[in-house]
Amino acid sequence: MKTSVRKSRKNSKTQLTQFLGFLVLRLSVYLVLFVLIYFLYDVLSHGSKVISWEFLSQAPRKGMTEGGIFPAIFGTFLVTLITAAVSVPLGMAAAIYLNEYARAGRLTRLIRLSIRNLAGVPSVVYGLFGVILFVNLMKLGTSLLSAGLTLALLTLPWTITASEEALKTVPDSYREGALALGATKWQMIRTNVLPYSIPGMLTGAILGLARAAGETAPIMFTGVAFYLPFLPASLKDQFMALPYHLYVMATQHHSLDRAKSLAYGTALVLIVFVILFNLTAVIIRSRLRRKWKN
Amino acid sequence: MRSVKKKGVFGDVREGFIHRLFQASGMLAILILAGILALLLYTSVPAFKEIGFKEFLTSTRWDPTSPEKPEYGFLSMLASTVMITMGAMLLAFPLGVAVASYLSDVASPRVREIVKPIVELLAAIPSVVVGFIGLNLVGPFLARIFNLSNGLNALNGSLLLAIMALPTIISISEDSLNAVPAAYSEASLALGANVWQTLIKIKIPAAASGIMASLMLGMGRAIGETMTVLMATGNARAFPHGFLQSVRTLTANIAIELGEVPFFSTHYYALFALGLVLFLITFFINLSADVILEKQKRKLQ
Repeated sequence: MKTSVRKSRKNSKTQLTQFLGFLVLRLSVYLVLFVLIYFLYDVLSHGSKVISWEFLSQAPRKGMTEGGIFPAIFGTFLVTLITAAVSVPLGMAAAIYLNEYARAGRLTRLIRLSIRNLAGVPSVVYGLFGVILFVNLMKLGTSLLSAGLTLALLTLPWTITASEEALKTVPDSYREGALALGATKWQMIRTNVLPYSIPGMLTGAILGLARAAGETAPIMFTGVAFYLPFLPASLKDQFMALPYHLYVMATQHHSLDRAKSLAYGTALVLIVFVILFNLTAVIIRSRLRRKWKN
Repeated sequence: MRSVKKKGVFGDVREGFIHRLFQASGMLAILILAGILALLLYTSVPAFKEIGFKEFLTSTRWDPTSPEKPEYGFLSMLASTVMITMGAMLLAFPLGVAVASYLSDVASPRVREIVKPIVELLAAIPSVVVGFIGLNLVGPFLARIFNLSNGLNALNGSLLLAIMALPTIISISEDSLNAVPAAYSEASLALGANVWQTLIKIKIPAAASGIMASLMLGMGRAIGETMTVLMATGNARAFPHGFLQSVRTLTANIAIELGEVPFFSTHYYALFALGLVLFLITFFINLSADVILEKQKRKLQ
């Protein structure tokens, strides 16, 4: 009898510890969710007041205290296109090499190590690299092209990793089938691997590009402009961009109070872009997953 | 017949060419990493020649535009970076490991499906937006609590960087906890331990190296973060003495000064030297995290 009482008391004590422990863990999750939701709510509640068709479709006016952010949206769109044009094909090609051609060995290990390390290089260091390589050495000047190329380098490790994940989802039987019918390696990749992995690769690419579109430090010194009265007309032109515009409106503007609500609007547009990109990618990914299951 | 023909001499040449093309794209990653290091070194050399290693590494004064005697000591900025990062990790590490444990061992699959994308969303918020929130929401909040004229200080930076490092810490820690073989926890549960005891005494110790790696990767992210600290910490150049003081990190200093510096001046080269320092710090942190993760992978396989 005595031992069983002691045991149950001990049990209730461990049960209590577990209850309290789980409570702490649960509260941690609530805290993180609360912070995120509060941030989003703050930007949404202030930003939604200035969002209008005019805000999205017009240029800033009166020393950026009125008007919209269209040139910044347009500039971010253009620079992201350049980034995509460079980073996505290169990333896919590198991933195809790693997943289809490379054998385990020192070179492959070194490539993978470099990719993981590139992902950890601070974005401002990419900015410095872009200034020396593209702006100075290659004489591209501060331009759309320099900024796009800098962002392409920044996103490359992400596009490679995402593309490789997509290639891994294609079952080996697809490859073996093609090879057994006498296809060469490239024929096999072209006809039996790429068609099934390209949607996944593009999903990953979209996520990487969304992050690139929100970057400020890499474009700050390679091509973005404080204010431009004209839209960029060539790759050699400077451009305005949403993240830098937000930075300028929040810290560099001559009258910060008057710029504040417009800055909130800009922040909201940036966040909505990012969330839309992410949602698209999540939806595509879950559709793909369901498709593979069947 | 045609496919047989294609496999002739030209087919082989073509296949070989395609193989090399893909290989070159793969090797581009090595080239870029080496290129970044090489160009940073190359552009920093004049700085070290003109300033001298000793002043750069041991002086706390950074005043490149002084008309009498320009000074180029990086210690104050290094101290600021280290201080903000440590503050951020003190907050983010316990919180991140707690969330990771909850997701891996306590939450139902449905809750996990909801919470994980939200955490990923946190990682997707652009750093300039986080900085903006620090400026307009966290700053005034801190100013009210501590009775300051403004809330742009090291604490603000640490709070924001903690939030930005969380997704990294959570996802890597969760992966490590999930990688612990099921047999470990099954054995513990079969011996009468409950889920909490198993988590604390078996799973977290077994995943410890991966959890450490998550801390280091989070740290790497915090050290390299630019826009957030640039907007939220006030950017005073003095040596930091407390969390309620305005500080200027390595990254923020590069971002502030690179725009106004004449190309190929001592000051310009000195900023690249700061970039080199930043690159080396994050490189070694990431490399160590990588080594730890690889080791753990092999151990648990």
